[in-house]
Amino acid sequence: MTLEEIRERVGGTVAVDVEGASAGSCYVGDLLSDIMGHAGEGCALVTIQNHLNTIAVCTLVGCEVIVLCHGRPVPPDMAAAAAREGVAVVVTPRSQYAAALALKELPPADK
Amino acid sequence: MPARDYAPVILEGRPKQDDEILATRPPPDAATLPGGGGSEVIMELLQRFKVRDVMNRQVACVARAAPLREAQRVMRENRVSGVPVAENGRLYGIVSVNDIINALDGGWIDDPCETRMATSLVVLEAGMPLAYALRYFNNYTYGRFPVLDADRRLVGVISQRDVMRALLLELTVEVRKLERKVSDRQLERPSDKYLHREYAVIRNDLSNAGKAANEIRQILKDKKVDRALARRVAVAAYELEINICIHSHGGVLTFILADDKIIVQAKDRGPGIADTEWACRDGTSTANDWIRSMGFGAGMGLSNSKRVSDAFEIQSEVGKFTRVICAFDRLVPREKIEKAGSAGT
Ligand SMILES: Nc1ncnc2c1ncn2[C@@H]1O[C@H](COP(=O)(O)OP(=O)(O)OP(=O)(O)O)[C@@H](O)[C@H]1O
Ligand SMILES: [Mg+2]
Repeated sequence: MTLEEIRERVGGTVAVDVEGASAGSCYVGDLLSDIMGHAGEGCALVTIQNHLNTIAVCTLVGCEVIVLCHGRPVPPDMAAAAAREGVAVVVTPRSQYAAALALKELPPADK
Repeated sequence: MPARDYAPVILEGRPKQDDEILATRPPPDAATLPGGGGSEVIMELLQRFKVRDVMNRQVACVARAAPLREAQRVMRENRVSGVPVAENGRLYGIVSVNDIINALDGGWIDDPCETRMATSLVVLEAGMPLAYALRYFNNYTYGRFPVLDADRRLVGVISQRDVMRALLLELTVEVRKLERKVSDRQLERPSDKYLHREYAVIRNDLSNAGKAANEIRQILKDKKVDRALARRVAVAAYELEINICIHSHGGVLTFILADDKIIVQAKDRGPGIADTEWACRDGTSTANDWIRSMGFGAGMGLSNSKRVSDAFEIQSEVGKFTRVICAFDRLVPREKIEKAGSAGT
C-alpha cells in the first residue's frame, strides 16, 4: 500500500513525505520496545508517539510509514529525523483503532 | 611491604670500643618516603632493589694515621667529595671536602685523618631496600652514605647518582617489556578484522539517547553485515543504550565487530537491579510517567535484547553496577538456519 493510499484511507495529511514509501503490513503500538519487539520490516506503524525516538525505532525495525493519531503535531526534530532516515509521517485526527480499521486490508505485522 | 623497618645506623663520637661505635636514631618519617603514592612500577623497584645492588663497591679509603693531604689526593683522583677512613673493612670516620678546606686554611693539612675526621656518621645497611636509601637522601643533606654489611664492615658507598642510574636502567627494561606486550597484542587482533567502539551514555540525556545505537547500525551497514543480523544487533544496542540512559547513573555501551561474532555490552555505574530475572521478563518495568510519556517503559527492552541475541548475559550488583552482554554469531546466523529449515518443509 502506497503512502498516498494510506493517507487517503486514514483521512489524514502527509507531514513528512518520502518518495516511494509504502507498507505491506500494519502494527499498532505506543510503547517503543513493544513496537521494536513486534513490528516487522515494511509495516505501517499506527501510534500516538510523536517523538524523535519513534523514528529511531522505525529505522531499526524497517518501518517506512508512521500514522500519527489524534492529530498530534510532529515536532521539528522528529520531522527532520524522519526525512533524513526516509520515514514518512501521516497525521490523522482519528484514534489508533479507527485508523487501524481504515487500514484493514493490511495484514497484522505481529511476529 | 618490607618485613622490618630499618633504622639508620649512626656512628656517634670518637670510637673507643667496637661496641660503642654504632648507635641508632629514630627512622625518618614514613610520609617522606620518595615515590609515595607514585608510580607502582617505581615503588615496586624501590622495594625490590637493595642498597647492595646499586652501591659502588670500589671504595677508595684512607688509614687513620694518613695525613689529610693523602685524603685530599684520593678525593681529587677519584672525583669524590668524601673519603671513608677505614682499615680492614672497619669504618672509623669520613673526611670531607670541607675538612680539607678548613685544614688548608688552618694549616693542619699534614695532621693525621683520625684527628680531624667526622665521626658522627649516618650509614646504610647493604640489605636495605632502595626506598629507605632514598628516604635518607631526602632527610639528610649528605650526597653519599657509607654502606655496611651485617657484620658492620664497610662494603661500599652509595650516592644519589648511583640510585638514579640503577632506576633508569631498570625502567628502560620495564618499558621494553611493556612495548613488547603491546605489540604482541596488536598482532592478535589486526585492526581491519576487529572493530571496537565505546560510547559513553549519560543519565537522562534522552535527546542523545539512541545515537550510539544509530552509529552502530551505520557501521554494520558500511561493513555490509547481513541485514537481518544487523537489525538484531541494532535493536539490542538501542534497548541497552536507552536502559543505561533512563534507569542508571550512566555508563558505557561497547560494540565489538569481529569476523565471527558481534558483541554489544552495556555497563553502568548502578543503581543495579535486585532481581535480574524479574527485570528480563516481558512487561516488567519500574518506569515512571515521565519515562512512559517518551514511549519507554513497556518493560520489554531486556526481553527484546535477549530474544534478538544468540547469547545473553546479565549481571548486576545493587548499589554498584549492571552489565548486560549480547553476543551474535556471524558464522551461522539464525536467519540462515531458519531459511534452511523452512526450505526443507
Ligand atoms: N541499566 C539498568 N540499571 C538499573 N535498572 C535497570 C537497568 N536496565 C533495566 N533495569 C530495570 O529493569 C526493568 C526492565 O527493563 P526493560 O528494558 O526490560 O524495560 P523498561 O526499560 O522498563 O521498558 P522498555 O525497555 O520496554 O522501554 C526496568 O524497568 C528497570 O527497573
Ligand atoms: Mg528498557
